[in-house]
Amino acid sequence: MTTALDPIDRAIVNTLQGGFPVCERPFAEAAHGLGIGEAEMIARIRRLREDGVLSRFGPMYNADRFGGHNTLVAMAVPAERFDEVAAVVNAFPEVAHNYARAHSLNMWFVVAADSRATVDRVLTEVQERTGLPVYDMPKEREFHVGLRIEA
Amino acid sequence: MELSDREHALIAALCDGLPLDSRPYRALGERVGMGEAEVLACLEAMARDGIIRRLGVIVRHHELGYRANAMVVWDIPDAEVGAVGRLLGNAPEVTLCYRRPRRPPDWTYNLFTMVHGRDRESVAAAIEALADREGLAHHPRQVLFSLRRFKQCGARYGRRREAAE
Repeated sequence: MTTALDPIDRAIVNTLQGGFPVCERPFAEAAHGLGIGEAEMIARIRRLREDGVLSRFGPMYNADRFGGHNTLVAMAVPAERFDEVAAVVNAFPEVAHNYARAHSLNMWFVVAADSRATVDRVLTEVQERTGLPVYDMPKEREFHVGLRIEA
Repeated sequence: MELSDREHALIAALCDGLPLDSRPYRALGERVGMGEAEVLACLEAMARDGIIRRLGVIVRHHELGYRANAMVVWDIPDAEVGAVGRLLGNAPEVTLCYRRPRRPPDWTYNLFTMVHGRDRESVAAAIEALADREGLAHHPRQVLFSLRRFKQCGARYGRRREAAE
């Protein structure tokens, strides 16, 4: 389902992908640039979150700056076991997202944690509980981030 | 760098996002026993140190009508992957670009990019055009469209203590 966004919603989504003020009244400041009031800004962000348009409202981290670690993991899951394995994987709070993709490696998920040791423990448990191998592909270098999508 | 206790507490308190309150940093501070000014200073310092990349929103592309989400993977010779990664990272079609290790024999690709679009046809065409334009059409590549999204939430950091062995 595509949520109907009006022009102000779109402006909020586009602007806030670029940043959010760090000051005492940040909603008022961000709202001012869009020509709306603070209360309307808060109400609209609340609705965008509830509707699932925003997956996150807050800080994005460089986890490797504080010893955190994240990795992309692939698995080849037999079709008849797909839902069962997805449930095992998704139950870990360290799993940030998980997609089925069209390939023999058909399950792709990101594991993020405060340390490599925790990531390793999650991967070991996934393998033990599913009996399937995981392909661990941590990033070696980042060329571009900032996943910004025009609303 | 090691996080201070205050930084760690703030990151944990922010796991579910910034409070939707007219004074969100004051509300955040109340959860962790810090004053508003202290929270602001701490967040500014984390941004300066690069711990926080940015504050803002992450959208769910599917909900915005971007139904097609392609992971495009490339097998680029190691000697060239830095240059090609910079090239693709700057391409307007590409929203993320990472070098990752190959896992032969099953997985031989070392450069991962994401391309989002309204539908598969337009995304596939954009990827073709991108490869041609950047002179990369001769490198092996695969396009893995997403079939289902099972989970999408932010990475949750700040769990250090409960995660400790």
